[in-house]
Parts: sequence; structure tokens; C-alpha cells
Amino acid sequence: MNLKVNIAGVELKNPVMSASGTFGSGHEYSELTDINRLGAVVTKGVAFEPWEGNPTPRVTEVYGGMLNAIGLQNPGVDVFIERDIPFLRKFDTRIIVNVCGHTVEEYCKVVERLNGQDVDAYEINLSCPNVKQGALAFGQDPKVLEETTAAIKKVAAKPIIIKLSPNVTSIRDMALAAEAGGADAISLINTLIGMKIDIERRRFVLANKTGGFSGPAIKPVALRMVYEAAHAVKLPVIGMGGIACAEDAIEFLLAGASAVAVGTMNFADPRTMEHVAEGIEAYLKRHGLEDVRELIGAADA
Amino acid sequence: MKRKENARVCGINELAPGIFSLWLESSMAAEAKPGCFVGVYPKNGAHVLMRPISICDVNAQKTQLRLVFRAAGEGTKEISGLRVGEEVALLGVLGNGYDTQAMQGKKLLLLGGGIGIPPMLLLAKELSDAGISCNAVLGYADRNDFLRDEFDNVCRTYVATMDGSLGTKGTVIDALNENMLMADICCACGPMPMLKAVKGFAADCGMKAYLSLEERMACGVGACLGCVTKTAHPDPHTHVNNTRICVEGPVFDASEVLL
Ligand SMILES: Cc1cc2nc3c(=O)[nH]c(=O)nc-3n(C[C@H](O)[C@H](O)[C@H](O)COP(=O)(O)OP(=O)(O)OC[C@H]3O[C@@H](n4cnc5c(N)ncnc54)[C@H](O)[C@@H]3O)c2cc1C
Ligand SMILES: Cc1cc2nc3c(=O)[nH]c(=O)nc-3n(C[C@H](O)[C@H](O)[C@H](O)COP(=O)(O)O)c2cc1C
Ligand code: FES
Repeated sequence: MNLKVNIAGVELKNPVMSASGTFGSGHEYSELTDINRLGAVVTKGVAFEPWEGNPTPRVTEVYGGMLNAIGLQNPGVDVFIERDIPFLRKFDTRIIVNVCGHTVEEYCKVVERLNGQDVDAYEINLSCPNVKQGALAFGQDPKVLEETTAAIKKVAAKPIIIKLSPNVTSIRDMALAAEAGGADAISLINTLIGMKIDIERRRFVLANKTGGFSGPAIKPVALRMVYEAAHAVKLPVIGMGGIACAEDAIEFLLAGASAVAVGTMNFADPRTMEHVAEGIEAYLKRHGLEDVRELIGAADA
Repeated sequence: MKRKENARVCGINELAPGIFSLWLESSMAAEAKPGCFVGVYPKNGAHVLMRPISICDVNAQKTQLRLVFRAAGEGTKEISGLRVGEEVALLGVLGNGYDTQAMQGKKLLLLGGGIGIPPMLLLAKELSDAGISCNAVLGYADRNDFLRDEFDNVCRTYVATMDGSLGTKGTVIDALNENMLMADICCACGPMPMLKAVKGFAADCGMKAYLSLEERMACGVGACLGCVTKTAHPDPHTHVNNTRICVEGPVFDASEVLL
């Protein structure tokens, strides 16, 4: 049976990876789950310099999910290269580095710095809702998204995956813009913008007032957007948003995703990704299928 | 090693209105240090995040651990409804905990405010077992106290209540002043205004202070960067003076954190 999938020339041993920002650089979860069983680890966003992030409270639970406004706290690309790449290389998995920046130049500088390093691909976060200047701004205007993608593609020595925001009017237009800019793949969805108010204190729960909404509650929206994006472009799609089990992941594959990422549900059970990978295999067996790729986009066949 | 594992309920009772004591049979008891906590998962799938609760006590065989918590919102209310024999999923053991070895030969003062009282019990027991002398000051809102007799069994215990119905009227700091309590080291857990006051008090009298901090958490293991607090020096993870309470804490040297 074949579980391997190919994302822009990068072969993954199975289609399951971590969603950026929920799995650190793997280190923190390495005693809780077997990283060797993941198709890839997608790291927390890496910027050129260290970012402090937002004031707290940064996270809270909401019905069937959570809100976060971390604000991309990260130690910057140099620490990432020294500390995190050698750690991740000990495992038999692919390394996809999530890249963030305030300006096009910053994204390019991170990518250039990583070009000579032992990593497999870049996921470009053009969709973070929690950073005042930049990030989401690049991801909400198709023209800006196309130009930014093109600028990063020009300097990137590895495949680039453009991560799309769901906070747009037409996800099709954004997917097409990424393709036109030269993206090698797209991933979606990043978080929806949400809010929670503590009625006893009459205050916003998050210091940032708004936060990115993720978890099982967003799955139907994510699935619809993955379907629309996958049908708009020829690029491989990495689908995510609320995946909690193999059945959820299979829905994303059937909608047109070539691979899936698990985010929030790692917090509910650190072994969710292992269970998803095992469950996909069991599903293929049960349905007499030989190859996971037979599922990709099959809902429309 | 950190793990997610089911634990079996072996006892649950209400100590004071809305305050529950839960004994769980869990292999994690063997690794529990005072100040450490576990994540308790509500069963209702609408709750995706664990509830961080401090380890309040461990039995002599180290096969059971005890959590004492307030039924605050939906998650902890569900947990307070657990029955003997039922299973509940735990993530643990989380956090750094207190280093009682380093306290040998010192005089200790333990300060607990409200739902910050429970973690101080395991600390008091370990100190007393190690022959380290300590006093405890417990602050409650009113006469609905809890765990007080258990502290009395292991150390000299003072009480403060906001409404004056028991002990000193006022805060734990008022009780410290009234009883002229001094020590080499004080350890405190409670609401933020209390921790700020303890930090100031300790600095004024040149006492070393350790504070147990609280913040909203998602992962509990250092991966999401949700639970940070501002620090005086660069933090070990990101080097931006924002350190993770779930890993580098929850216990911090008061002079290291900017509250
Ligand atoms: C390290 C640590 C140790 C703790 N130890 C204890 C203890 O021993 N006894 C005890 O009664 N309480 C303790 N708390 C507080 C306890 O975690 C919260 O009361 C509990 O999470 C509330 O959950 P809920 O579902 O009832 O409330 P809700 O308000 O419905 O919870 C919504 C979300 O906010 C989070 N949340 C709400 N209040 C807090 C809070 N004060 N701190 C952190 N997260 C919060 C919840 O975990 C959940 O994700 C501790 C907190 C931390 C961080
Ligand atoms: C705490 C947290 C931090 C996140 N940080 C990042 C990030 O650094 N970069 C990024 O591209 N997406 C980030 N995301 C978004 C996730 O990667 C994912 O797109 C989203 O959460 C939807 O998937 P889920 O419902 O499985 O969590 C973060 C999400 C969460 C919950
Ligand atoms: S709760 Fe995720 S880093 Fe502390």
C-alpha cells in the first residue's frame, strides 16, 4: 500500500504534518508523540530577527476550538538554524519552515538565510491575523499576494508553499494569485478572525481583543475553502482547519488536498497526528485501495 | 517523561462551597514535585484544551495524586462531577516545581491565597519531611476555609480572611505583619494582586521570594507560546524576555519576573 504523497517535488512518507505554531519546532512534543511517524514537521513561524509577540492573555478556548493571538513570538532565523534544524534532522521526517516577516524584504532575507540549510521547503505565512503590520496585509489583496509570492520565489532555492488566509472574499482569487506568482504549492486555512468577551468583567478575553479562531468548529469552512482553492489551481494543496481524526483528514483529501496538517487538536491529544496517519491506512485497507493518492479530489470524480 | 494518560478517580468530595478535592490513581504521582501541575481534560468534546491544575498532594506510596480546585467555569464544573471509578485524561507532569533541596537549612514561609493554597500543601509536607522549618499563611475570602487542618498537621499555620471572620482581617501580608513573621525564603501562590504585594514585601525586607504564576494555556508543554510572562532577562526559548510559564515556570524567582 502506498501512503506517500509528493508536494512540489518533496516526497512525504505519509500525508500528515503539523500545522505551524502548534508544534513548536518539534522539540516540545518529542516525548509525547513519535516524530518519525509524521510526513513532515511544519515549524512555528520564523522571522529574520527575534519577535516578542503580543501581551497576554494570548489564548482562550471557545466552543469546539480556541482563539490565539500569540503574535509570532520567535527567536529569529539564526537560533532556528543553530538549535532547531539539528534537532529535527535526527528524525525521519521532512522539515518545512514556516516563514514570517513585516516586509517583503524580511521574508526574502529569512528565505535566503535558509537556502543553504538542510530543510525541505518553505511555507510562507502571508496570513497571520495577529500581527499589526504586515503578514495578513500581504494575504488579503490578490495583487499584493502575487507580487510578494513572485519576490520570494525569485530568491528561494527550495519549493515555496503559500499559506492562505480564510479572511478574504474569494479564496479562489487568492489561490490563483499565488499560482500566478509562482508558488509551488498552497496551504490553507490559516485561522479565522474571532473574538471572545468576558461578560462578568466586561472585557475582551484576549489582550489583543481579536484572535485567530481554530479547531474542530472551523472544519466545515476550511473544507469548503480547500475544495474551492484545489479546484481553482493546478498546484498541490495542503489542507487544514479543525482536523481531529483520520475521518476529518480523509474529507480534506477527498475535497482535493494532497496532504493535511493538524493544529489545535495536538493540544487535545499530542498523538492526534499518529492516529490520523494510522487511520488513513486503515481506511484504505477497509476500502480495498492501494494508494492514498486515489483519494485526492475523489469526491468530485 | 511527559505523557497523556488516563487516571482513575479514587475519591472526590467538596471541601467548601465550590471547592473540590479529587484523588486520582495515576503513575504521574511518582514524578510529582511541589509546584508542578497536570492538565485535566474535560470529556465534553466542545472543550479542546486541558485545564491546568496544581498537584496538591501525593499519597505515601506515590500511586495517587490529589487536585484541589474551584469549579470556576464549564470545564472545572464538569470535572467536579466525576465519580469514583471513572477515568479522566491527564497531561503531565507539567512545570518546573520547587527545588526543596536548595532550601536545606533555611527558614521558609509559605503563602497561599484562595485557590493558590492547594499547591502549598505538598510543599509544606516535603519541607517538613526534609526537616526544613516552615510557617504557612493562608488567605481566604471568608470563613469557608479549606485544607487548613491539613496544614496545621505539618507546620505552624496562620490565617487571614478578607471579611475578618477568621484570623487576621485582610490579606496574607496583613497576617505577616500582625504576627511579625520572617524567613529566609518565601513561596507564594495566589491572585496577581497578592503576588505583586508579596514581591514588594520580600524586596523590602531582603527576603528571597518564589512566586507561582498562572496564565491561560493551550499546549502546556512549551510549544504554543501562549502562556508567557515578562522577565528581567532573556528567556531561554526565544531570548525576548517573555518566558513560558508552563515550562520555565510556574515557579519563578520573584526578582526574575516583571508582574
Ligand atoms: C499552572 C496553573 C495551576 C493552577 N492550579 C489550580 C489549582 O490548583 N486549583 C484551581 O482551582 N485552579 C487552578 N488553576 C486555575 C484553573 O486552571 C482554572 O480555574 C481553570 O482552567 C478554569 O477552567 P474552566 O473550564 O472551569 O473555566 P472557563 O472560564 O470556562 O475556561 C475557559 C478557558 O480559559 C482557561 N482559564 C480560565 N481561567 C483560568 C485561570 N485562572 N488560569 C488559567 N487558565 C484559565 C481554561 O483553562 C479554559 O481554557 C491553575 C492555573 C494554572 C495556569
Ligand atoms: C496557537 C497557534 C499558533 C499558530 N501559529 C501559526 C504560525 O506561526 N504560522 C502560521 O502560518 N500559522 C499559525 N497558526 C495557524 C495554524 O497553523 C492553522 O492554520 C490553523 O490553526 C487551523 O488549523 P487547526 O484548526 O487544525 O488548528 C497557529 C495556530 C494556533 C492555534
Ligand atoms: S501553554 Fe503552550 S507554551 Fe505554555
